[in-house]
Amino acid sequence: MSALRPNWQALAALVATLYSLTALPFTAGMSAPYSLAVAAILIAGACLSMLRLPSGVEALVLMVASFAAAALLIAGLAEATGTATAGYFASLTAAWLLAWRLVTVLSGDGRSKGQGFGLVSITVPVLFGIWVLILWECIVRGAGIPFVLLPPPSAIGVRIGNSLPILAADFRQTVLKAVLFGYVVGSLSGFLVAILADRFRFFANGLLPIGNMVSALPMIGIAPIMVIWFGFDWQSKAAVVVVMTFFPMLVNTLAGLAASGDMERDLMRTYGASHWQVLMKLRLQAAMPFIFNALKINSTLALIGAIVAEFFGTPVVGMGFRISTEVGRMNLDMVWAEIALAAVVGSLFYGALALLERTVTFWHPSYRR
Amino acid sequence: MPETVISAQNLDLTFETNDGPVHALKDITLDIAEGEFISLIGPSGCGKTTLLRVIADLEQPTGGTMSVNGMTPEQARLARAYGYVFQQAALLPWRTIEKNVGLPLEVMGLDAATRSERVRSNLELVNLAGFEKKFPWQLSGGMQQRASIARALAVEPAMLLMDEPFGALDEIVRDHLNEQLLKLWAKTKKTVVFVTHSIPEAVFLSTRIVVMSPRPGRIHEIIDCDLGPDRPLDIRETPEFLKIAHQVREGLKAGHSYDE
Ligand SMILES: Nc1ncnc2c1ncn2[C@@H]1O[C@H](COP(=O)(O)OP(=O)(O)OP(=O)(O)O)[C@@H](O)[C@H]1O
Ligand SMILES: [Mg+2]
Repeated sequence: MSALRPNWQALAALVATLYSLTALPFTAGMSAPYSLAVAAILIAGACLSMLRLPSGVEALVLMVASFAAAALLIAGLAEATGTATAGYFASLTAAWLLAWRLVTVLSGDGRSKGQGFGLVSITVPVLFGIWVLILWECIVRGAGIPFVLLPPPSAIGVRIGNSLPILAADFRQTVLKAVLFGYVVGSLSGFLVAILADRFRFFANGLLPIGNMVSALPMIGIAPIMVIWFGFDWQSKAAVVVVMTFFPMLVNTLAGLAASGDMERDLMRTYGASHWQVLMKLRLQAAMPFIFNALKINSTLALIGAIVAEFFGTPVVGMGFRISTEVGRMNLDMVWAEIALAAVVGSLFYGALALLERTVTFWHPSYRR
Repeated sequence: MPETVISAQNLDLTFETNDGPVHALKDITLDIAEGEFISLIGPSGCGKTTLLRVIADLEQPTGGTMSVNGMTPEQARLARAYGYVFQQAALLPWRTIEKNVGLPLEVMGLDAATRSERVRSNLELVNLAGFEKKFPWQLSGGMQQRASIARALAVEPAMLLMDEPFGALDEIVRDHLNEQLLKLWAKTKKTVVFVTHSIPEAVFLSTRIVVMSPRPGRIHEIIDCDLGPDRPLDIRETPEFLKIAHQVREGLKAGHSYDE
């Protein structure tokens, strides 16, 4: 067996680094030796990683090389925005390829599935997220993309740090009031109406066509009407969220209630079980995967609904209000700060639901252990 | 003379399907006395399951009358007159084995102490002690089927309707459960209606064997099978046993050739 274990990411990184040497220095702010140091780190990392090292050591080498190179590349942009050469982007590509290799090694080289599940399942998405930010930062600043088009993440980060009170107030207004209230009321009433519609079939037959119609209505049309009905404050936004979340829950719950098997229902019949007993012990349980589906869909809809509804008149606070006014003032970093907040809130919301789903529907074939 | 508990008179059942009517049961007349062990045997599709489901009020006949314990099947069902074992185990995946067996008892509104006592004794009966906390999908198909039998027995019904309960089990387990069922039947004097495809099983267990034939499903022949209450497994090698088995086989063959 040879001492070498070539892989395409490291080989490609090597090629990219060698190419970058034709365009020294990388930026106006990087001296030639500084640029060479970056290249040296990348070449060393690529070569070392192709030796037959234990995968832990290989991961460490790749981690150090890719992040050291990235840090130097970001530092090299100071006072040199827009001056990056082809060499700069080539070495950035090389660093990114090494990070790709790192993720591959961490996930067991595509082989041993499930091993080290807990740690890897967190590390991989985190690495992925960090690299999205690194690439964003380097490309935007290296190529000198105008701030209005896309601010670099560092500027967004600074803006977030400086605007915490504003962001907190917007979060309270939009998420804690409009989203939460609308989500709970919309989902709960959708659920309860589904239970009724299931009991009294004619009810369902009348409701579902209306439901389809309402979910096809553009939110742009509903939001101003809700403002007229419920006023400028969060109540009108919550009303929009209620309208948006009600029908997904209704439709999914009805589908879920029909999901239990014929044999299970016959079984309950042989016990002389009442409608409510069948509902509680069999059909609602079987409907849980559907209900969680609706809860997850609604978590996204609620956030979008509340933010967009604020475009149509609101007191001077709220995430949607902030986005629409700051866009007008060309304060794109503030807009992005709100977007980042929305992304974090949305992911946490969704993640919490997914976690809850796992515990409640542990029996479902996709979660069984 | 023991009382008649299940009585079918000129029963007819036609399923209306998209490709025309299916005549599943035709002119079924059958009286089953209390404490009898009746086996229904016949080729696939001859209406064994359908007949059992009519008794259980899971299917409505399109003609004739059916009475169970002198009541309509619906009244009997609501009075929880029978325990039904389906062709598949039909355990609820979110409940442990213990909770699955306790399900009918919860529906009946029994208190927790009675429930757990009945669950325990019936799981022991089908050799599933120690698996109380497992979930159905963690058990083999045979174990699941045994759990579903325990579930039907836990109701302590006077009547058991069993649809090929041992069809999915291996020969040894099947023999064992056959013996257990026979003992249980001898001890409790339950009325049992038992669907099977196995001639030896039918002869070993039954007091009467109903041979059915298909298209339309009807009773071809009823064979008495009185081997006495005490039946060790090796009774299956005796000439009396083999004679009845032969008779059943001939009946099945005749029923088959009928529509060819
Ligand atoms: N719900 C239904 N709708 C339409 N046709 C049905 C229905 N249930 C049963 N049948 C038909 O009735 C006939 C009898 O079916 P049944 O299930 O009683 O047969 P079986 O004797 O139990 O067969 P097997 O031994 O395969 O279980 C078959 O032709 C079947 O296709
Ligand atoms: Mg059948």
